[in-house]
Amino acid sequence: MLSTIDPVILFFVLGIVAGLARAELRLPAPIYEFLSFLLLLAIGLKGGVELAKQSLADLLPQILAVTVMGTLMPLLAFPVLLFLGRMKRADAASIAAHYGSVSVGTFAVAVAYLTNRDISFEEYMPLFVVVLEIPAIVVGVALAKGLSRDTQWKRMAHEVFLGKSIVLLVGGLLIGWAVGSEGVQPISPLFFDLFKGVLALFLLEMGLIAAAQLGSLRNHGLFLVAFGILMPVTGAVIGTGLAEVLDLSMGGTILLATLAASASYIAVPAAFRLIVPQANPTLSLTASLGITFPFNILAGIPLYHAMAAALPRFQGVL
Amino acid sequence: MKLLTIITESALEQDLLADAEALGAHGYTVTEAHGKGNRGVRSGSWTASSNIRVEIVCDPATAQAIAQHMQAKYYEDFAMILYLADVEVLRPQKF
Repeated sequence: MLSTIDPVILFFVLGIVAGLARAELRLPAPIYEFLSFLLLLAIGLKGGVELAKQSLADLLPQILAVTVMGTLMPLLAFPVLLFLGRMKRADAASIAAHYGSVSVGTFAVAVAYLTNRDISFEEYMPLFVVVLEIPAIVVGVALAKGLSRDTQWKRMAHEVFLGKSIVLLVGGLLIGWAVGSEGVQPISPLFFDLFKGVLALFLLEMGLIAAAQLGSLRNHGLFLVAFGILMPVTGAVIGTGLAEVLDLSMGGTILLATLAASASYIAVPAAFRLIVPQANPTLSLTASLGITFPFNILAGIPLYHAMAAALPRFQGVL
Repeated sequence: MKLLTIITESALEQDLLADAEALGAHGYTVTEAHGKGNRGVRSGSWTASSNIRVEIVCDPATAQAIAQHMQAKYYEDFAMILYLADVEVLRPQKF
């Protein structure tokens, strides 16, 4: 029975258990950085290679639709956090931006999940990861500070477009797009053959980090837990609906649902720390890393698979 | 001569160093750090929880100016401590 579980998931569980048990386990920060570099570049490269086979004009309507989704998601989350959660404006805006944006780690696990089950998907999906990272940050900052002049838009553009995850994803996309599938052959042993192993190590560390975030959960209570589970499920429903409109394949539907369900923990926290420093990073990271990331990895992705499989047009596909 | 030491979140590195230089610091040394304070454990295991320690040797007036600027700009929203110490250097003209 356990053999059907993706081994990378078990590495994540190991990280959580070891973290909660306070085991002497600590991945040096530069190695964590290195692993996330590899993942971001690998995902970008893979998407870029596929992008070279597509005409951009055909993809434009999909890109626009996904951008609109990324813009609306924080607007949906913000009032819930502000009124139901009774949070400060800056905190509500920050968490809303985290949930409007996406998690590359979650995306990578979903890709591994689909590959494991031989479910095909639109290989250019990494493009949507890039597209979804950006609008939520802009909307979130506008929600926190208003559209006033003293919002440092230039500063924000710098943080958004020159943040680590965007630079590496876009860089990988462009390199993959430029050289095509033949061209990436020489570097594929590092980026593609080792992908699962890198992901396993990355998830081990993410488990440790998630366990550390869980410690601060006691102070922030039930609302955050409920939000951290209900918001991704709501996002997945929206993502599945959009995939239906865009007529994506079964794998593509699961991936778009997963992207809509996931919450950022790289780009958004980094940008918000500098642009909206009043927002408490413990709150947003507890929700996105302590609750939503483990939820998506352990239960969410199979759930979104079931959601896609229940769509009428996939009846009988499995 | 004064040694000004600032321990804070690594997210601030670029901004903080630009401020220090604008206020007259001629150089600085940055090291990675981790520890615990009233904003909890900063374990240094990944970007969002990592700290830096910035050391600046300068004349007392510059040290005061930088210290006051840091306090006004960052103390409210960021994990930050700073302290000043008297130090002896062999080449005072360098600082």
